[in-house]
Amino acid sequence: MKKADRKRSVPLLELAHARSGDKGDTANVGLIALKPEYYPILVKHVTAARVARHFKGMISGPVERYELPNLHALNFLLHGALDGGGTISLKTDAQGKVFSTALLRLELELPK
Amino acid sequence: MKPRSATVRIAAGQGFWGDWLEAPYRQVTGGPVDYLMMDYLAEVTMSILQKQKSRDPSLGYAKDFIPLMERILPIVAERRIKITANAGGVNPRGCAQAVAEVARRLRLSGKLRIGVVTGDDLLGRLDGLLARGHELRNLDTNQRLADVRDRVVSANAYLGAWPVVDALRRGADVVVTGRVTDTGLTLAPMIHAFGWRPDAWDLLAAGTVAGHTIECGAQCSGGNCLVDWERIPDLANVGYPIVEAAPDGTFEITKHPGTGGRISVAGVTEQLVYEMGNPGEYITPDCIADFTTIRLEQHGKDRVRVSGVRGRPATDKLKVSIGYFYGYKAVGTLVYAWPDAYQKAQAADRILRQRLADLGLKFESVLTEFVGADATHGPLARASAPLDQLPEVQLRIGVRSPDRAAVDRFTREIAPLILNGPPSVTGFAGGRPKPEEIVAYWPALLDKGMVEPCVEVVDV
Repeated sequence: MKKADRKRSVPLLELAHARSGDKGDTANVGLIALKPEYYPILVKHVTAARVARHFKGMISGPVERYELPNLHALNFLLHGALDGGGTISLKTDAQGKVFSTALLRLELELPK
Repeated sequence: MKPRSATVRIAAGQGFWGDWLEAPYRQVTGGPVDYLMMDYLAEVTMSILQKQKSRDPSLGYAKDFIPLMERILPIVAERRIKITANAGGVNPRGCAQAVAEVARRLRLSGKLRIGVVTGDDLLGRLDGLLARGHELRNLDTNQRLADVRDRVVSANAYLGAWPVVDALRRGADVVVTGRVTDTGLTLAPMIHAFGWRPDAWDLLAAGTVAGHTIECGAQCSGGNCLVDWERIPDLANVGYPIVEAAPDGTFEITKHPGTGGRISVAGVTEQLVYEMGNPGEYITPDCIADFTTIRLEQHGKDRVRVSGVRGRPATDKLKVSIGYFYGYKAVGTLVYAWPDAYQKAQAADRILRQRLADLGLKFESVLTEFVGADATHGPLARASAPLDQLPEVQLRIGVRSPDRAAVDRFTREIAPLILNGPPSVTGFAGGRPKPEEIVAYWPALLDKGMVEPCVEVVDV
C-alpha cells in the first residue's frame, strides 16, 4: 500500500474558525480550534511555512506564528498582505477582514 | 472617599465612529450599568478630524456624539451612569463645550460635570521634538519622520487610562478625550472603582483585556462571528457587550437580557485574537498584557468568565499616530453579465490598461480585482470556483499616484468602455469615480516623558 493511501484530506474549515484584521500592511489571522482536541493538530500541521505556501502570490512578506494554548488558538501575522494597508491600499479587503476564511480553505493531509 | 463597590458594570456603546446609533441608548436603558464606554477613533480618524478642524476651528471631534448625548444625557444623569469616550478627536475642548451646551439646554446645569483629557496632540510640537533628536521613525519601515515632515497633517500620542482616572476622581460624569487608547476607556473605570495601583500589573492587564474584548462593540456578542453564524439569534436586536468587573481582576462578559446575539467562549475568543500581534505582549501605555494567560469559561447563558490574566510593567514609550499626505487614488467599477462574464471583465481590464499605457500615465500601483470571482480570496478562489459559468462579475480597478492629473484622467477612462469595450456591461449608475486624497498612517514611538496629559473638569 502506498503511503498516500493512508492519508485523508481534511479542510481546515472543519477543524477551526478564524477572525482576521489589520495592523498597517500586515494582516493577522487568529485561528481557533473548534474543539480543544483539534488544537494539537493545528499546532502540528498549520505551520508558518505551510501558511506562507498557502498564501503564495497574495502576500509579499514573511509569515509569523504565535501559539495561544490557553485559547486553543494560533495567531498568524501575514506581512505585506494589504497593498500598503489602511488608506493606501486599493484592495477591496484593505483591512484584511476576510483573510480569515481564506486561511480556512487550507486542506490538511492527516493520517486516516 | 466613596465605598469601593463589589462589581462594576461597564457597557460598550460604540466600537468605532459610525457604529450603530441605537446601541448606546439601549445600553443605558436595557438594564443596570455603571459606565458607558464609547470608542470613536480608528487609526486614520485623527487626520480626517484634523482636516475638518483646519476648515473650522470649532470642529475636529466626532460630531455624532453631540446628538447622541442629547438623547441619553437625561437618562444617564438620572441613573448616575458615567461616560468615557474618545469622541474629542483633535478638539476635545470643543467637543466638551458642545456637550455642555446640550446639557444646559436639557436643564442639567448643576447636575453634571464634564472632564476633558488633552495633551495627546503633538502636531504643534513636532519640529521641537525632531530638533531635540526624537526621530519618530516609522515602526513598520524604520524611515525617519523628517523625510515626510512637510506632509504631516496630524500627530497624536496614545494616552492610557490614568488621565481618565484623574477626571473620574475629580467627579467627572462625562469624560471626553482625544487620542486615549480604546482599552484605557474601559480600564479607567475599574482603576477608579477599585482603587487599583499604578504598579498592579496583573490587574491593569486584566482591565486591558476587558477593554480589548468590548472595544469593538458587538464583535464579541455575536456580530461578525463565524462559529455557528446562522444560528446566532436575533442579530437585528443584538445586545452590545457589558463587562462585569470584580476588584480582583476577574470579570465576566455579558449583555442585557432580552437582547439578540450571543456571548460564547468561541465568540469572545474570536474577538480576543482580533488585530492581535504577539499575544505574549499586548503593549499599552498602562501595562503589557499577556494574552497567553487568559482563561475563559462559559458561566451560564450569554455569560463568559475571564480570569488568570497576567501583566508586566509598562514600557517607557508611548505610541504616536501620525497622518501624512501620501498621494491620490481612485477606484472604478463596471459589471459584466453572463455568458462569459469573467472573460469579458478580463478583456475590459486588458483594454483599459493598454489605454492608460498609451496615454503615458504613470501610477505607483494599478490593481485589478474581479468581484464575484477573486476579489477577496485571490488565486485561492480562482483555483476552486467554476469561473466560466459566473452569472456576473464586477470589474474593479484601482489606481494610486502622487500625480493627481493621472488619477483624474483614469477616472475618465471607465465610462467609455460601456460603448467601446466588451459587451453585456452595466452598473455605471454611480457616475465617474472621484480622485481621493490619501492620508497615510505613520506609527512611531516617543519617550513617555515628552508627553504631558492635561485633565480639566468643569461644572455644567
